Amino acid sequence: MSNLFSHARRVAGRAVAGAAALAIAGVAVPAAAQETIKVGVLHSLSGTMAISETTLKDTVLFMVDQQNAAGGVLGKKLVPVVVDPASNWPLFAEKARELLAKEKVAVVFGCWTSVSRKSVLPVFKELNGILFYPVQYEGEESERNVFYTGAAPNQQAIPAVDYLMENEGVKRWVLAGTDYVYPRTTNKILEAYLKSKGVAAEDIMINYTPFGHSDWQTIVADIKKFGSAGKKTAVVSTINGDANVPFYKELGNQGIKATDIPVVAFSVGEEELAGIDTKPLVGHLAAWNYFQSVDVPENADFIKKWRGYIKNDKRVTNDPMEATVIGFNMWVKAVEKAGTTDPDKVIPALIGVSVPNLTGGFSTMMPNHHITKPVLIGEIKDDGQFDVVEKTPGLIVAEEWSPYLEGSKDLIADWRSPMNCGNFNVKTGKCGAQ
Amino acid sequence: MSNALTPQPVLLGRSGLVFLAVVLGAAVLVPALNLLTSPDSALHVPTYVVSLLGKYLTYALLALSVDLIWGYVGILSLGHGAFFALGGYAMGMYLMRQIGPRGVYGDPVLPDFMVFLNWKELPWFWHGFDLFPFAALMVLLAPGILALVFGWFAFRSRVTGVYLSIITQAMTFALLLAFFRNDMGFGGNNGLTDFKDILGFNIQADGTRLVLFVLSALALALGYVLCRFLVRSHFGKVLIAIRDAETRVRFTGYRAENYKVVAFVVSAMLAGIAGALYVPQVGIINPGEFSPANSIEIIVWVAVGGRGTLVGAALGAVLVNYAKTYFTSGLLAPYWLFMLGGLFVAVTLFLPKGIVGTFYDWRRARAPAPEDLAPDDLAPPDKLPEPKPAE
Amino acid sequence: MISRGLPSRLGCVLLLALGLLAGAFLSPGAVMAQGAAPDISAPLAQLTTDKYDDTESALGALAVSGSPAAAGIVAALADGRLSYSPATKQVLIKTPQGGLVDAATGQPVAEAPPGVKAVRVNNRIRRAIEAASGTLALVNPDPAKRLEAASAVMRARDEAALPALDAALAKETDAKVKTALTLARASIVIGKAGVPEAERIAAIETVGAQGNQDALAVLRSVPADASPAVKAAAQGAIAGIERSLAIWSVGQNIWYGVSLGSVLLLAAIGLAITFGVMGVINMAHGEMVMLGAYVTFVVQELIRTYNPALFDLSLLIAIPVAFLFTGLIGVLIERTVIRFLYGRALETLLATWGISLILQQAIRTAFGPTNREVGAPSWMSGAFELGQLSITYGRLWIIVFAMLVFVALLATLRLTRIGLEMRAVTQNRRMAASMGIRTNWVDAMTFGLGSGIAGIAGVALSQIDNVSPNLGQSYIIDSFLVVVFGGVGNLWGTLVGAMSLGIANKMLEPYAGAVLGKIALLVIVILFIQKRPRGLFALKGRAIES
Repeated sequence: MSNLFSHARRVAGRAVAGAAALAIAGVAVPAAAQETIKVGVLHSLSGTMAISETTLKDTVLFMVDQQNAAGGVLGKKLVPVVVDPASNWPLFAEKARELLAKEKVAVVFGCWTSVSRKSVLPVFKELNGILFYPVQYEGEESERNVFYTGAAPNQQAIPAVDYLMENEGVKRWVLAGTDYVYPRTTNKILEAYLKSKGVAAEDIMINYTPFGHSDWQTIVADIKKFGSAGKKTAVVSTINGDANVPFYKELGNQGIKATDIPVVAFSVGEEELAGIDTKPLVGHLAAWNYFQSVDVPENADFIKKWRGYIKNDKRVTNDPMEATVIGFNMWVKAVEKAGTTDPDKVIPALIGVSVPNLTGGFSTMMPNHHITKPVLIGEIKDDGQFDVVEKTPGLIVAEEWSPYLEGSKDLIADWRSPMNCGNFNVKTGKCGAQ
Repeated sequence: MSNALTPQPVLLGRSGLVFLAVVLGAAVLVPALNLLTSPDSALHVPTYVVSLLGKYLTYALLALSVDLIWGYVGILSLGHGAFFALGGYAMGMYLMRQIGPRGVYGDPVLPDFMVFLNWKELPWFWHGFDLFPFAALMVLLAPGILALVFGWFAFRSRVTGVYLSIITQAMTFALLLAFFRNDMGFGGNNGLTDFKDILGFNIQADGTRLVLFVLSALALALGYVLCRFLVRSHFGKVLIAIRDAETRVRFTGYRAENYKVVAFVVSAMLAGIAGALYVPQVGIINPGEFSPANSIEIIVWVAVGGRGTLVGAALGAVLVNYAKTYFTSGLLAPYWLFMLGGLFVAVTLFLPKGIVGTFYDWRRARAPAPEDLAPDDLAPPDKLPEPKPAE
Repeated sequence: MISRGLPSRLGCVLLLALGLLAGAFLSPGAVMAQGAAPDISAPLAQLTTDKYDDTESALGALAVSGSPAAAGIVAALADGRLSYSPATKQVLIKTPQGGLVDAATGQPVAEAPPGVKAVRVNNRIRRAIEAASGTLALVNPDPAKRLEAASAVMRARDEAALPALDAALAKETDAKVKTALTLARASIVIGKAGVPEAERIAAIETVGAQGNQDALAVLRSVPADASPAVKAAAQGAIAGIERSLAIWSVGQNIWYGVSLGSVLLLAAIGLAITFGVMGVINMAHGEMVMLGAYVTFVVQELIRTYNPALFDLSLLIAIPVAFLFTGLIGVLIERTVIRFLYGRALETLLATWGISLILQQAIRTAFGPTNREVGAPSWMSGAFELGQLSITYGRLWIIVFAMLVFVALLATLRLTRIGLEMRAVTQNRRMAASMGIRTNWVDAMTFGLGSGIAGIAGVALSQIDNVSPNLGQSYIIDSFLVVVFGGVGNLWGTLVGAMSLGIANKMLEPYAGAVLGKIALLVIVILFIQKRPRGLFALKGRAIES
């Protein structure tokens, strides 16, 4: 880990200078054969997930554009290869195969849902590709070919619950989520965590709804009822994208205010709020590792350039965008460090790479292929932005295997030699079940 | 039917023979080109293309199964994806059990998603799936029994037309919601994935992929011969009669519902086989396969290729999916839905009988070929009988 | 007070609330009588530290200070008009007119010092503000304000507020407020230690008579060491409330069901025309609904830009615009595609499916894939209580709207000439043509009508769902189910179908959960179709088959 922070203080301009120097040294041989480096973009542009993923496609294109303007990588221009997996999970696998086998891209930025990641995972393992996955997810995974730049549950959920306990005195919890793996896992972890903090079982209500659930009358009424037992109640929402708008509209309609029953959400960011009138929602919370409203020069600069690129001065930014930016910069840096885009060289080079994040600090790729992040709690403002009410003092290292889950409490991941393992069992001393 | 004495051409017809030749030719040629040519050669077929073609072939088999009941019995099933998915899940469960202790948690029996849900033992319906013969049986039985129960109820009650279509859609939608539930024990939204091997062979090895491709081609060829045999037999004649005038068939003394149930079950089993071959080639099965939109898409393949022609259904499936693959990459990616949507509208307006149906019309108009009446006498009528209250 | 085992932070909040209450009652008499302006420089300094804890204690200190400026400062903080200068430690109030006032001196400030920052507010501060203004309101001359304050005190149930309450009760003249104060007092007495048994039982009766959710919460807080008589009284009251609430909850579920049913009705009723009457398996129906929602968005954007005063009328303006726009698109689709497909019902499925893909992608290209914000006019926000039923205005208006659309459509088909022609053409095209009806034109108008109705459904759905390119997809399956369940070709069937599915769904949901409830409903519909293969209201006759 000695190299962990060695690059930390390097500013962008000097990084580029370094890149040029590295380029001269490392590229002499293959440069003649190929003058460009292909970058795969695997985000849904149609279907149900287009709503979230299209922005990330634009973000990668923006980053490629910026990097090319700064001289490319290893002296070569980056060429983005965009495919549309159309929110169809088998199509994700097919498109991943196409990117790696046919287009021979050096790296892929993509996926949003867990199932899309699970679908492409065997392809990346088989063809030895590199995937940067930019969305907060349930953890319980660490793969050699995947770099997770979104938050693991301990980088989002647990600090949010801590904040509510300390600052709002919450005693009673509704864990409401969409019925899929991320909310299931997050709620399991939270349930175990809350119980470890002395919350009684009858003070936890867990509720799952299907994707795209649009009629929230009964559930919101139930939450209201659950919240009238005399103890301060909060809702922890892992409700997925599309279902949030009707959920918040119903909260507003039934008059549940943030001062009565605050809702803290892990999947609601600036993009989602852009579709809602936020006046009735002021004070409800979200936990992320980035908010557009973070007031630091790096962020202001990023937002300005992004809006210039997208030619829309109202376009919002959000957490998965920041994760994409961090992932992209990490990859560029690792390629420069390795002097090649060969995955077998870049994958080990990525560990320990540290790049500035957009909240005024640095994020580092850890040996478990997850990154360090600050956790921010924001309250919704009436303009659809967030007011950051709390920021963890330091950076939080991802727990890819949650200590609160029965199956994973003995597992760790370390992709450095000699361990080189994503699921090392500290009890048996073995990697997986080998 | 003057040519009934020459059984071979009647069973298959000219286009059937061409079709079989193409499918079986592909089964030989594609692996050969993959294995024998060097990767730089212009003729080389890379492995990822083999998998892609294998996927198309399973879709073709699925389209065939839909054409059997839509083209020849007049049952418009908007839920056929459900049978495909059930077959796929049966195979997926077998593949999950084959992972054994190689899952990330290293549990010798339980699949990963059960470990993380903190389940202690395998649910009862997962037992037996570690044995391939049992799983293979389930590939047929799970869709078959569902089709039997559903068809028996629906056809006995004489639910027809759009009513039937909509309740098949409701069926697949209900299954979609059910399989999304993590409590069901089928892996919820993530479905079943990260398969390791099949019958002891590494599922990602090039050789396994080639074998799966060849198997898909053989299944398609056999499926075609079976469907063709069914619709050319006496049984098939009754089916066609039911399609064109169910009441009259009933009045002639046939138990129309029994014929329909049998056709429906056969079709569902074919769809199940297609699903079972599909899953190891794409590497994932997830409740999304149950989504009503998928089932509608199958209908679209059949309509594009030509309803009631069998060959057309298979061709339509391959063409539409190739178009999807082609349009979703590169510059056109953001606009591919325009292309696909436009294609569907254009086909309905300009090729109302689908590609193959139109081709038959064209061929008949150019040179009447009395020895090959095969396709046309089976094609559905140009127009569905309209209600004529005044008559 | 902290003996209830509260952690210290919550204790602080309670202490603060106590302070505020005490302050409010002491200030007019004790402090103001001396006539000296109280010193509020310490709390003002606390407001400049940018820490929530300091802001909270500053609020408490301000409320007890008795300073005439305090109320203005608290109100400014509530409205986000309070700012401070980190450099000069000055606290500034922005007046509603836009000027700046120094909070300490009350003097206008000509120019803001550089680096002025807003005093930040979070939920905790918002609650403290509510408590402070609530306490002040207990002695407010306006009875309505006092009523609000009483219910705020009841919600807080803080024993320390008891003396203040007693004082207010003694002075109170308004009967309504007096009842509310008595109730608030009773709620506190129930949980308080050392209260005589008779007084506590009387309090239980007072609270129990309320019979609502809040009363239940209060009654459950009877201490464990209370006498058996008190416990029995509480148990009895709780059981009584639970019984009545159980009955009310059936009513509430029916209300939810009717509201869901009217959403289904709105989504399906256009389809009842294009599919039910014309026989077009219209897969693009959902996209017509979506277009209607986007029309609402565009109308609201235009109103926001050019005449924000009209915002409350935006939905009313959007209704005819959406009807005409989607109706026109419908006519266009009918003239260019559908008219070539009459008699080939199943092929309309293919063509309309293609059209739906094109429309989705067109909207995605034009407006982007993300949700668009459609605001709710003020008359659609909020809720009111009817007995123990909670009725939200938004849902109420949607039910009313769905019924109006239904009646209007029925009237169009029954009473107008075009309606007569539509029925004639769909019943017997050739006969109608020979009577001189321009069947082509009638077809186009019918499809346009169905599409237009789908468009105005979109206006209503924009109020409760995402306005995104996927909006239509989420309603298409339910819409077909409703039309088929009710019986194709029968508008009354669609109404009854939508309402029964909505109510059945909401009655199942509390027992089976949202997902299983929906699955059960789908199975019920499938089984029902076996029983009545042509839906609830089947058209009679031999000629109907296929």
